Amino acid sequence: MPSPLKSLFRSFTSLRLTVVLLVLAMLLVFFATLAQVDLGILAVQTQYFRSLFVMARVPGTGIAIPVFPGGYLIGGLLLLNLTAAHAYRLKLTWSKSGLWLTHFGLILLLFGELFTGLWQQESLMLIDQGETKTYSESYVRTELAVIDTTDPKFDDVVAIPTEALENLGTIQHPRLPFRIHTAAFYPNSALRMRSEVPNAPPSPANQGFGPQFVILPQPVTYKQDEQNLPAAVLELTGADGPLGTWIVSMGLTEAQSLTVQGHTYELILRPARHYHPFSITLLKFSHDRYPGTDIPRNFSSRVRLRTPDGRVDREVLIYMNNPLRFGGLTFYQKGFQNDDRTTILDVVRNPSWLLPYVSCVLMGLGLVIQFGIQLTRFLRKRSATEAAARVAA
Amino acid sequence: MKKSLPFLFLLLGAVYVVSTLAPPRSKSEFDVRGFSRLPVLADGRLKPIDTIARTSLLELQGKQDFIAPDGTALQPVEWLLDVFFNPAVADDYQHFLIEDPEVLAVFGKEQGTQKRFSLNELRSGLPELERQMKLADPVDEPSRSAFQREVVKLYQRVILYQRLQSAVSLEDSPDFLAEILRFQQMLPSWAATMQARKAGRTFSDQDAKMADAFLARFQFMSDSSDLLVIPPDPGNPDPTAWQKIGSSLAGSFTQGAINPNVMAYAGLGHAWRLKQPHEFNDLVQLFTAQLATRFEPQMQKCRAEESFNHAEPFYSSMMLYVLAFLLAVVSWLKWPDLLQRSAFWLMLLAFLVATAGIATRMWLEGRPPVTNLYSSALFVGWVAVALCLVLEKIYRNAIGAAAGGLIGFCTLIIAQHLALSGDTMEMMRAVLDSNFWLATHVVVITMGYGATYLAGILAIIYIVRGALTTSLAQDTADALTRMVYGIVCFATLFSLVGTVLGGIWADQSWGRFWGWDPKENGALIIVLWNAIILHCRWGGLVKQRGLMMLAVFGNVVTSWSWFGVNMLGVGLHSYGFMQSAFYWLIGFVVLQLLIIAVAALPKQKWRSFQAAGAS
Repeated sequence: MPSPLKSLFRSFTSLRLTVVLLVLAMLLVFFATLAQVDLGILAVQTQYFRSLFVMARVPGTGIAIPVFPGGYLIGGLLLLNLTAAHAYRLKLTWSKSGLWLTHFGLILLLFGELFTGLWQQESLMLIDQGETKTYSESYVRTELAVIDTTDPKFDDVVAIPTEALENLGTIQHPRLPFRIHTAAFYPNSALRMRSEVPNAPPSPANQGFGPQFVILPQPVTYKQDEQNLPAAVLELTGADGPLGTWIVSMGLTEAQSLTVQGHTYELILRPARHYHPFSITLLKFSHDRYPGTDIPRNFSSRVRLRTPDGRVDREVLIYMNNPLRFGGLTFYQKGFQNDDRTTILDVVRNPSWLLPYVSCVLMGLGLVIQFGIQLTRFLRKRSATEAAARVAA
Repeated sequence: MKKSLPFLFLLLGAVYVVSTLAPPRSKSEFDVRGFSRLPVLADGRLKPIDTIARTSLLELQGKQDFIAPDGTALQPVEWLLDVFFNPAVADDYQHFLIEDPEVLAVFGKEQGTQKRFSLNELRSGLPELERQMKLADPVDEPSRSAFQREVVKLYQRVILYQRLQSAVSLEDSPDFLAEILRFQQMLPSWAATMQARKAGRTFSDQDAKMADAFLARFQFMSDSSDLLVIPPDPGNPDPTAWQKIGSSLAGSFTQGAINPNVMAYAGLGHAWRLKQPHEFNDLVQLFTAQLATRFEPQMQKCRAEESFNHAEPFYSSMMLYVLAFLLAVVSWLKWPDLLQRSAFWLMLLAFLVATAGIATRMWLEGRPPVTNLYSSALFVGWVAVALCLVLEKIYRNAIGAAAGGLIGFCTLIIAQHLALSGDTMEMMRAVLDSNFWLATHVVVITMGYGATYLAGILAIIYIVRGALTTSLAQDTADALTRMVYGIVCFATLFSLVGTVLGGIWADQSWGRFWGWDPKENGALIIVLWNAIILHCRWGGLVKQRGLMMLAVFGNVVTSWSWFGVNMLGVGLHSYGFMQSAFYWLIGFVVLQLLIIAVAALPKQKWRSFQAAGAS
């Protein structure tokens, strides 16, 4: 009698399990698509696909319970099922070669997506015409930059990720001569001039631009084309006592300055930056339209790519369907603003980007071989029956 | 006699097709056909005036046939000529389609038999319409109520009509030609006056006032129109530098002379309005000859497009598909061999006509066959029918012909409805401007859609014949099963490869292979469903009836992916928002579920299996 462990293992090879998992996958994708209308693509990706379970809250309480298997669970079980089936059931024969190729391509694809989910980083580069940039900015993450601008030759930047401010604690950094205490933090907010909001409570800030503005907390938005504007109230304390209270906000694009112990510092809340070992200069952004219309035909950026050691110095044209691949990064023409004077490039780091291409070739080849074998068999049988019918007649 | 029946049907069909290619019989003395072939640059594409007439009529009233108030049928170009040059007459033309009773109430009308209204009938209610439009406009499109959507639609139609009126002539001018001639007379002195004013020298106040008034009118003409009718000047190397009449006239002040093409249009309008066919025809001939000296290749394409518009190949193809379907169904009852062959030949003829139509569109646009939702509908039908031709050649049991006729007809009807929102040969937006990806990803995945639908239709034939009639003999059932299985294999291959190609295109454009976008999810669901069908079959989890039920559900899945996801209005792929289509989609899905329910009845309840059991 097979041991219960062995029969459990055998059940993983079952075709029935494959069908059940595929149906679950279909339902997951369908419900996730419907959920996107309200939650937005990013939230749905995290909740439905990059999770073991889809959670829902029990109405009336805050308890979250799993209601449906998530992408990782279904994908993981499918992977297990596929490998087990190949190890125990499917023989490696020529007649099944197409199937092996297809399934192997599928495994590669699933792993590729897994790695992308884990390793992909995406950021933005906004470059004005003639401007040179060496960094790209995060889509959603923001940072509090405290910049020592005392020396005219360089800036000393301490970048504190906004996540550190969310806990409303106190931050002490070895390069800064003061502590930063987050008195309040708002994940999304609107900034208004005090003159526009007459009944607002007195400002918590007494330094910088703070007293002129009012922070109005907003609910966090998940819509694809809307941005969250975080804001915070910061109390700075130096060695000699409190230095004052500042408001920082993504809506305040100008830095606020303070002087401590003879050093000038600037405070600004900005998108988190990724610095790169090369620079990109926008030479010209082109927005071709169809004559007599506003319908966009093509967007392109002519840029100059340079490394500080001088080894790379060339012009590149980045346009729709034609990205630049350099330094493990890919640069896409994403958009533009400022009346065609500023280009927006999408910067993606995805080490596993080649896997889907390989997988496509394997799966396509595998299916063609598999169905080709079946088709030839069918046609051979058909001509045999027709020949037999002709002989009989 | 009976033996030549298939040939007779084919001959009839061929005669019908050839008759659609004949030039339109002109009932008027005016050379309207020559006028309709004149090129115009609109929406970024050089097209004949005929296309503008037909697409405008489709947008205003949902069909190309127009009947004037006195009962005469007008060709689209005749209607447009009146809109362009004869506002007094055109304002009485009933071409605004209003079916919503709440919108009718805006104009103080009740819902009666009249569905199409003229501008004069609506004029008194226009201010109220504009007020309702201002209320509806700021609301996000998906959140608008049905009334708001109808208001916006009607408002846009009125605007379209008014823009056409100002495109080549000034609507409120009693005689545009006379005005232009007067302008030509005064131009030298007015141009000098403008220059003097600019240079700060002395000038005649009265002259400047008149010149300004004319300039304002021309500016208004230019702002109110999207039709670029004036070809580039002879010295201009840019072949796309066409101009609006208003801009050209406004530019006359600096040019010092009026562009002769403007005079041609003004003359044409004058001759049309005063019913002077000889002058009109002479002008058309002269104008065409003059354009041909510099733009002969473009004129050739415009002539071809006008003939294509007139021939309406997809309409004739649709009629032939219906006939093929009927013959195929009747062949299951009587004269099986003769009618099956007739159905096959008719389906082949329809397929060739549709192929010619698609090929012409490809040549006119310079693009692969599928570029928008309309052309995807055409191509889904084309692929399905191509597969049906192969099936019919192999099995010769009229099932392929029936399925092909049905799918051909349905996809062409869908396409016809998708053509109501404007020119179907539209320019490709930036990310779509890639013939390589349009030819690979889009074509392959559309083939996957077509094949999945075909498997579903074949399954429906199995279920309807098996459960509701006694005509499903065992060998037919077996043949159908092999057909469905083979088509599902084809569908799996193409939908999988097509989906992955889409991912690769997205990787080249948007920075990621897969983004869980609704359209991507829809395509994935089709692949998953086709894979489920195959795995169920291989594992022996379903037999014939089960296979058919799964295949019919494939219709639901594909319809969701093709149309349903567009209705969500989310994601990078949402470029086809259709409201009324929503109800059709729901109806279709319910119908498929009903058919699956019928198939779920126990075997004894199936009439064909009862008959087989009894024998």
